[in-house]
Amino acid sequence: MNCTIKKFYYGDIPEDNSGSSNQSASNVSANGWPLWEVFIRSKQGLDHKHVGSLHAADATMAIENARDVYTRRQEGVSIWVVESKHITASNPDEAGELYEPAVDKIYRHPTFYQLPDEVGHM
Amino acid sequence: MQVQDLEKIFQDKIDAEIKIEPKDWMPEAYRKTNTRQISQHAHSEVVGMLPEGNWISRAPTLKRKAILIAKVQDEAGHGLYLYSAAETLGSSRDEMIADLLSGKAKYSSIFNYPTLTWADMGAIGWLVDGAAILNQVMLCRTSYGPYARAMVRICKEESFHQRQGFESLLVLSKGTAEQKAMCQDAINRWWWPSLMMFGPKDSESTNSDQSMKWKIKRKTNDELRQQFVDMTAMQVKVLGMTLPDPELKWNEERKHYDFGEINWEEFWNVVKGNGPCNKQRLAARNKAHDDGAWVREAAMAYKAKKEKKRDAA
Repeated sequence: MNCTIKKFYYGDIPEDNSGSSNQSASNVSANGWPLWEVFIRSKQGLDHKHVGSLHAADATMAIENARDVYTRRQEGVSIWVVESKHITASNPDEAGELYEPAVDKIYRHPTFYQLPDEVGHM
Repeated sequence: MQVQDLEKIFQDKIDAEIKIEPKDWMPEAYRKTNTRQISQHAHSEVVGMLPEGNWISRAPTLKRKAILIAKVQDEAGHGLYLYSAAETLGSSRDEMIADLLSGKAKYSSIFNYPTLTWADMGAIGWLVDGAAILNQVMLCRTSYGPYARAMVRICKEESFHQRQGFESLLVLSKGTAEQKAMCQDAINRWWWPSLMMFGPKDSESTNSDQSMKWKIKRKTNDELRQQFVDMTAMQVKVLGMTLPDPELKWNEERKHYDFGEINWEEFWNVVKGNGPCNKQRLAARNKAHDDGAWVREAAMAYKAKKEKKRDAA
């Protein structure tokens, strides 16, 4: 599909070839700083949650940068960083087959079982 | 699978309000439009630090200085969130930065206007950030997942920017005659460029509905601009100031404010690089990037040194 978008939005200033869009993605920038994924625990007792990514030379710097960009308003009490290249992700194109086995097993849910009211909360 | 089938699945997802995620199939034009829009948005945050950075050393009080530093630091963070979102589409950070520094990529024209007085800091917070927020609130629901998530994070922080700006103008509006005049002057200068932030009129835009169809954008330029005018026309009364538009008046039938025509010649001039500060902004970005080169190299050298030490131990 080859349609050109000509409407000019804020943050979308016209110029036919402005912005880069090729796909030569590399996770290492020219100065060699790799990409890191950042996970933050917002308070004790909760899981670490993915909040975004950043470039940093090493793990220490990644944590310091994550502190500066993702916890400026006390959003976290603990930070994990992992180099993006170490993450293996499932393929969305295979989502159908991957999750199919769970689709027809409604008996795995408590609501599948009808119990008499006398039983009370169970 | 045929491309047409993939396109149909893609559009069905969008119609069903299912977000598109980085590894999902997407039309090349969708990828391209998002990459351009998100990276330009990122550039705007980064260049947006310059007009305000101009006043950090001259803020009138320590309190205002601390607020301004926090705001400018936020803009840097917003730039980072957005670059990260754009990177998920396959462009590298270095390419995007290189495009900004070479002048190939654009950023919001509003930052090509100079900040002449302290009151401009208030006017930028109230008007410029106010206009940006309307756009960004809408973008929290944009169809590309990483962009939407970045926007949610940004909107949470952006509200402080607008409120501090308005409050700062409120103080000036209750001050001496000079302070009041400075306040009004800043509003006069920033009003029209702020209206221009929403882009050309809907009637001037061709092919306008592709971004709407893909739900990258959910409101038109004119809708957002009207929303901004209505909101601001009320707020300016609280300041006891006026907006520099003799044609601005409430239209009871439309239940909206009518307003005068934007100077579109000026708009296109600034977009094309002939605004008051275009050259200065790019030069400042290039200098900062060049001056920071040794820091980036040193960080890598330090990493290598630490690894060597660790391996030796």
